[in-house]
Amino acid sequence: MAKGEIVLGCLAPHPPHVVYAENPEQNEPFSEGGWETLRWGYHRLARKLKGIDYDCMVVLTPHWMTYVGTHFLGLERFQNISVDPIFPNLFRYHHDIQVDVELAEAMHDSAAESGIITKMMRNPDFRVDYGTIVSCHMLNPDWDKPIVTISSNRSTHYYSNEVMNEQAAALGEAAMKAIEASGKRVVLVASHSLSHRHFVTEAPLPEDMSREHIYNHSQYVWDMKIVQMLREGKTKEVVDILPEMIEQTMAEAEGGGLSWMMAAMGYPDYPAEIYGYQSVIGTGNAIAAWDPNTATRELVL
Amino acid sequence: MSEEPEIVLGFYVPPHPHPLLAPEQNEGWGRLREAFDTCRQRIEETDADLMLIYSTVWPSIVGHQIQAHPKPVFTHVDDDFHFLGSMPYEFSMDPEYAEKFKDACEARGLHARTVAYDGFPIDTGSVVALKLLNPDNRIPACIVSSNVYSNRAEQIVLGKAARDAMSELGKKVVVVVVASLSNRMFTEHIDPSEDRIHSAKDDEFNRKILEFFADGRLEDISQLSRDIHGQIRVSKVVAYKPAWWMAATMGQHNNYHGEVLAYEALHGAGGAVIQLTPAEDGVGDKEFDEDDVEYYHGDRSVLDKGML
Repeated sequence: MAKGEIVLGCLAPHPPHVVYAENPEQNEPFSEGGWETLRWGYHRLARKLKGIDYDCMVVLTPHWMTYVGTHFLGLERFQNISVDPIFPNLFRYHHDIQVDVELAEAMHDSAAESGIITKMMRNPDFRVDYGTIVSCHMLNPDWDKPIVTISSNRSTHYYSNEVMNEQAAALGEAAMKAIEASGKRVVLVASHSLSHRHFVTEAPLPEDMSREHIYNHSQYVWDMKIVQMLREGKTKEVVDILPEMIEQTMAEAEGGGLSWMMAAMGYPDYPAEIYGYQSVIGTGNAIAAWDPNTATRELVL
Repeated sequence: MSEEPEIVLGFYVPPHPHPLLAPEQNEGWGRLREAFDTCRQRIEETDADLMLIYSTVWPSIVGHQIQAHPKPVFTHVDDDFHFLGSMPYEFSMDPEYAEKFKDACEARGLHARTVAYDGFPIDTGSVVALKLLNPDNRIPACIVSSNVYSNRAEQIVLGKAARDAMSELGKKVVVVVVASLSNRMFTEHIDPSEDRIHSAKDDEFNRKILEFFADGRLEDISQLSRDIHGQIRVSKVVAYKPAWWMAATMGQHNNYHGEVLAYEALHGAGGAVIQLTPAEDGVGDKEFDEDDVEYYHGDRSVLDKGML
């Protein structure tokens, strides 16, 4: 069996607004659009993914928050409606998700062997979080590949951003071992924004783009700093300054997604593909990808 | 319409699913369940016509969300403790109160909205409280979220808005706050028989708070919220808010008969079932050290002032 590999890593923010704006048949509310810069970026990345041969998409999501270890979806199928607890007016999405349980269990076992507290989630009534659904829908609206969802252990809350970084890195290294042993070709997804301070009010028409802007300039400056470093291939440096960025911008990287993905990919030193940046209800959202294949790696934006 | 709302009982209960799903697995969880059952009986002996729940495990961002679905039906599973089982529910809510509450919030400067969507994810703490305290849906309920960015002023105004709506509708109300005391859980899976409060420090601080509750000194606990947050709360949100809201909703005083029915560990966190009964006597009035707030003015635009 050939050694498994990561064929793409994606920073894929999950504001439900982007699915709302797409008006897919799975989502109940109707919109007049909005957030095109992000959505068009997602469309381009989704087209790239269509051209990549992969077996599974593995998502680390900050909206499955676990305090007791790191959990993995452990059943083959989840059919339900996902209603966003924060934006139920925008996101009521009927989903039918296939899970690669074999890979989930392999990642679980690999993480456990490296000393990480783990748990398989086997309750059939469990509702998959909307972060997973938004990121996966935007990356693969056909839902024709199985996924693995990994919960976000809230070590930032319990300890510190630095501890989160270390634990996420260990989880990433364990994930990579499991992928290599599986022989599978895997897409990794860190499902989160950059700066993450929200407005606490919403426009009467949420997609009214005349009302959308970053929460404040310092958030924007931090976001641009990170994007620039990603363009320059400075992923290790980005992970090193994440604790400071999280402190300053309430960055959603606190959930460990980016730290996990960069560690799993061995801290790429090549330029990230940047697909878009836009604020959503004040938060800063960048879509980026890391393509290990030099033949298909692109300068997108 | 009466001037002052009639709040017949107040309860402070934990958000974890263990007393509902696994009371037999640990003696302490069983005692919490018995305390819930006692509270249920006492509620049934009142003529309350509304149960208002403030849940610290229902976070909101866009203002304050108020559950207004007349009959939410779903099967809930906890993110961490999914292995304990599922929580199917069908509740009866009071949409009229929810709308009045929202209006009262807006009249006091708060951003608020009702939510009434099939499949909306009612949080673990609210599900546990409603299933154990109001299992037959005898009393219509309402649930209000905890805004992640809100702080003292906003919480106090939110509590006052809750009172405004109660008064306007002439409701007799059971107030329920869903919150831990210390909220640090063990970060590994444990044998249920080995559950205990995470640290001696958390336990000692919890017991001091429980003394206040037992004395009916709710306003004093509200005044101590910032200290409580610093001492025994994991920094998931900006502040320990439930005492602010509860005190404001129940009248901002110390005149209650307090009773701690149970205090136990829930995977390391401090879980207590506490009853507060409004009373004529009590520890007495205190001189409050922070401004009372009637209207929420929002951000003060400090950053925009004095700019070059």
